Amino acid sequence: MDFIFTKKAKLIFSAFMLIGVIAMVFGYATDVSDHHNRFWANIFVNGFFYFAISLGALFFLALQYATEASYMIALKRVIEGISQYIFVGSGILIIFFAAGSFHLHHVYHWMDISVMYEFVMEATVGSAHPEYIHEMVDGAVKNSNFDKLIAGKSAYLNQPFFWIRTLIYLGVWCYFANLFRKRSLMEDAIGGTKIHFKNMTYAAMFLVFFAFTSSTASWDWIMSIDTHWFSTLFGWYVFSGMWVSFLIVFVLVSIWLKHKGYLPNVNKSHIHDAAKWMFAISFLWTYLWFSQFMLIWYSNIPEEVTYYVIRIDHYKGLFWGIFFVNFLFPMVILLSRDAKRQIGYMITVGLIIFVGHWLDVYLMVMPGSLGAHAEIGFMEVGMALGFLGLFLFVVFRAFSKAPISVVKHPFLDESNHLHI
Amino acid sequence: MHQEAAIRQPLILGEKSYGNITEDVMASVVGKANKSWWIAIGIASIMAAWGIGCILYLIGTGIGTWGLNKTVGWAWDITNFVWWVGIGHAGTLISAVLLLFRQKWRMAINRSAEAMTIFAVMMAAVWPGIHMGRIWLAYFVFPLPNQFGPLWVNFNSPLLWDVFAISTYFSVSLVFWYIGLIPDFATIRDKVTQVVPKKVYTLLAFGWTGNAKAWNRFEEISLVLAGLATPLVFSVHSIVSMDFATSVIPGWHTTIFPPYFVSGAVFSGFAMVLTLLIIMRKVMNLEDYITIKHIEYMNIVIIVTGSIVGVAYLTELFISWYSGVEYEAYAFINRATGPYWWAYWAMMTCNVLSPQVFWFKKLRTSIGFTFFMSIIVNIGMWFERFVIIVTSLHRDYLPSSWTMFHPTFVDIGCFIGTIGIFFVLFLLFARFFPVLPLNELKTILKSSGEQYKNQPTTEEH
Repeated sequence: MDFIFTKKAKLIFSAFMLIGVIAMVFGYATDVSDHHNRFWANIFVNGFFYFAISLGALFFLALQYATEASYMIALKRVIEGISQYIFVGSGILIIFFAAGSFHLHHVYHWMDISVMYEFVMEATVGSAHPEYIHEMVDGAVKNSNFDKLIAGKSAYLNQPFFWIRTLIYLGVWCYFANLFRKRSLMEDAIGGTKIHFKNMTYAAMFLVFFAFTSSTASWDWIMSIDTHWFSTLFGWYVFSGMWVSFLIVFVLVSIWLKHKGYLPNVNKSHIHDAAKWMFAISFLWTYLWFSQFMLIWYSNIPEEVTYYVIRIDHYKGLFWGIFFVNFLFPMVILLSRDAKRQIGYMITVGLIIFVGHWLDVYLMVMPGSLGAHAEIGFMEVGMALGFLGLFLFVVFRAFSKAPISVVKHPFLDESNHLHI
Repeated sequence: MHQEAAIRQPLILGEKSYGNITEDVMASVVGKANKSWWIAIGIASIMAAWGIGCILYLIGTGIGTWGLNKTVGWAWDITNFVWWVGIGHAGTLISAVLLLFRQKWRMAINRSAEAMTIFAVMMAAVWPGIHMGRIWLAYFVFPLPNQFGPLWVNFNSPLLWDVFAISTYFSVSLVFWYIGLIPDFATIRDKVTQVVPKKVYTLLAFGWTGNAKAWNRFEEISLVLAGLATPLVFSVHSIVSMDFATSVIPGWHTTIFPPYFVSGAVFSGFAMVLTLLIIMRKVMNLEDYITIKHIEYMNIVIIVTGSIVGVAYLTELFISWYSGVEYEAYAFINRATGPYWWAYWAMMTCNVLSPQVFWFKKLRTSIGFTFFMSIIVNIGMWFERFVIIVTSLHRDYLPSSWTMFHPTFVDIGCFIGTIGIFFVLFLLFARFFPVLPLNELKTILKSSGEQYKNQPTTEEH
């Protein structure tokens, strides 16, 4: 059965995007922050959040292949469709990083070369291009911008290396997103088991690559915003967030498609299984949130605890609110089997924690970019909606490009008979 | 009925009927123990006896009989504790998490893995117990009413959280294991003819009738317990890791510890399951149930968890530099190049590099090689804890107090002793308990049994 991307849906998503564009124009014009950081940080929050959802889809798809799981085969095209946003998402991230490289924004403090050098030639101070140097020489003075901690990280946090890493992550992830999609469509055409077995190998390769790069990417892109700060768990924490954000979208979109009469082979058990994932990974997210927070709070070492001090002092409501919304809410409401099979519950909880996880990304990015006083106004809401429109537009277009249910797969029969 | 794709490999080999399964599993219970069992339990008992002797000597004389000194105040004792707790992770992971994931292959291994878990957690509990010095005051670890004196437990201490975490984990694992055993005890009760065993198994079977209602409750309680046990699998080793990570010792205080310890625990637990089961399937003729495919699955778990541990090692190493904290960086340089470099590289080789050979199908389906690797991983995971604990402590902030740790015969004896006790318990289990969940296995015979899978299906779905 083919999915039809109706005019009405296109119109709605375009309207969202229009709101986004207005918010961007209006936001940029009214943004009084240094280097338009507020505007650009918003681009990044949304750019990363929706990108991460598609990357989460790719991870989940690879996980299904590698573990020979069958229960999601009936919903495989939905996962694949969501993963197809990764190309647009990568483009937006590249624009954001490039803007940083050209000093259009100051979200990455370390991209400012002046913090890396201890000395500066006195004659050039105040000019457009001061001459910075590492060693004291005649005519040089102490550089007041120098940041010893950031300079210590310069072997890792420097523009060429950052760009090499970023392009490798994005390139390889996009490659796999394209590969899995192509092979899945090929499987529909020719069937058999050969593609399936080979997919397991590709999935394992992707997962190995992803295991490293999901961590390093989150250090490079997010942790380096709070350049002084470090946490070994950070990568896994971001990963759990992207995983659960994907699962929320996955559940909601699947329910919607089912409601519209697509996916005839999907029954309540499939939705129930997907809902269990959403429930379980909410716990994983909470576990990692708590592990990171508790250990830093407990030890109370200045170089680490500053990260939480600013968040608790100035973003108290958001900080604790996110924890309760993303944890207690799914825990209490989705614990029972019946709730996970009730579409109404799933939609309500899903929408609320979707916002919760968006706010989680917001709270990772904003204090480091804007300091103690970031706000959520028309720009934030409008741009989030705009990007949502773009995301859904791309995903739905991907749905319409291939049969919305897989036609041939060795586990298709098993999946169609799912009964739990 | 559960629909299974043709390309999935069978989980029960050979021409089996329901009756065959009962006979195969009960063979060890009703038959006489063979020679190798007596030899094994003999050796294990000697080790246990020596260990108990060392423990009694330790309690009688004092903790000074261990090689601890004022810089290295924790060494083999806590290493062994964490090692045993880690091993105790696989059982509940297999029984609970794999149950939630509907992994049918768990049925061949969950019973013995759970038994292993329970015995391993008991061995873990020995260590903080004997480390107290005055073991007769052990009840002070519980928040008891204050008539014992002015002492009150410190709720801020992760060591106290450990008391709660491990005792909860132990209780739930024990209940989970026992509930699974009840129907199988009942089967044995119905089959044995000797008077005394019949009486004993009757008692153990809790009056199981096997009617539909009983099975219904059995399945429901299994799911409830799996739901309870899954967070516990995470919490136990997370809290063990917090014993270290809440401190401000370089090399200990790092946020990745909780999930990384959990992954390492599953890794070591599966290695011990493999060590035990590879021998058991051979000695007890269970090759049709614990197949090469099962071993391959477990090896895949080993490679996944081993690689997660590897990513965590590298993350720690990288961040120790990235942080710009001099002490943190030194702790890791000292691990790799200091006087304990051999322990560090033993850990790296055994835990991160060697499991990578399981990428080759030939090696992960080879029984002899898997057995060898399981021993390697057991050793590697012991070294991991040793590295974390001793290398972080032996060079503290004050270079004048830098020192080394040298184990005494009491350190070694106590450790060997817990291994001995563990094996005595496990061998007794293998002799008198149904080592496979025979009733549960019957539920997958028709969907995953070899002779049924190969039959062309005629029934309509």
